[in-house]
Amino acid sequence: MSTAPVEVERPRSEEDVRPDRPWLTIVWNDPINLMSYVTYVFQAVFGYSKHKAEKLMLDVHHKGRAVVSNGTREEMERDVQTLHAYGLWATVKQDV
Amino acid sequence: MSTGFRRGRHGLRITLSADETTIIRTLMEQLLELIGELPRGDPGLAELGISENREAPGDPVLARLFPDGYRDDADAAVEFRRYTESALRDGKREAVEVVLASIREPGDITLDHDQARAWLRALNDVRLALGTRLEITEESYERMGELDWDDPKFAMYSMYDWLTFLQESLVRALS
Repeated sequence: MSTAPVEVERPRSEEDVRPDRPWLTIVWNDPINLMSYVTYVFQAVFGYSKHKAEKLMLDVHHKGRAVVSNGTREEMERDVQTLHAYGLWATVKQDV
Repeated sequence: MSTGFRRGRHGLRITLSADETTIIRTLMEQLLELIGELPRGDPGLAELGISENREAPGDPVLARLFPDGYRDDADAAVEFRRYTESALRDGKREAVEVVLASIREPGDITLDHDQARAWLRALNDVRLALGTRLEITEESYERMGELDWDDPKFAMYSMYDWLTFLQESLVRALS
């Protein structure tokens, strides 16, 4: 498998992930979505590297959930909407 | 038995038998029907992309396809659904329609990148629907091994398993 992102709908560099911003997109584990597919979606939606996408996928798988993006509330709602279109189980949450 | 998707010179290729084509078409048509069961509400509001549904659908399969956008804020979940559910429904329907348009007959099929992405989403939605009905867990392979061949669930598990194989091959071919 290639290590390059397959497609980039909305590029967001890894430097742009600022943990001090108050809204989060969370992806929850489910037994149906394939690990390879979830990795593919993280690359396609966020423009993440294969390495980063795989790490997030494994976090979802092993820890039950993972924060996959953060930003304004509107941005997170768009991310969740996109992830729902791909069939991932995602929610918006305000960071505490 | 199909060998799954492969990357070819002109796109993503697969060869499907008559039975495989029928299975995919039937499942996609069932998915369209299921999506159609989601209440539409006021036609004027629906036209504007606004849904009047306040809660996740009662049917577990529809609830999985149209999940809440907030977990612990019921009001925010209602608002999120109001403004995103229609577009989600339309997107899912369009993906299924792309699949149906691309497999009118058995044989060799070549998909371009956009068609392949639609296939990926639609195959995933069909697996979500079937897997939710089957109450798939991460230990389901063991349960499948315990079923008798003539158990009606065995056929559903086999179909689910085959769709998993197809989707996995498509992800790999796209990666």
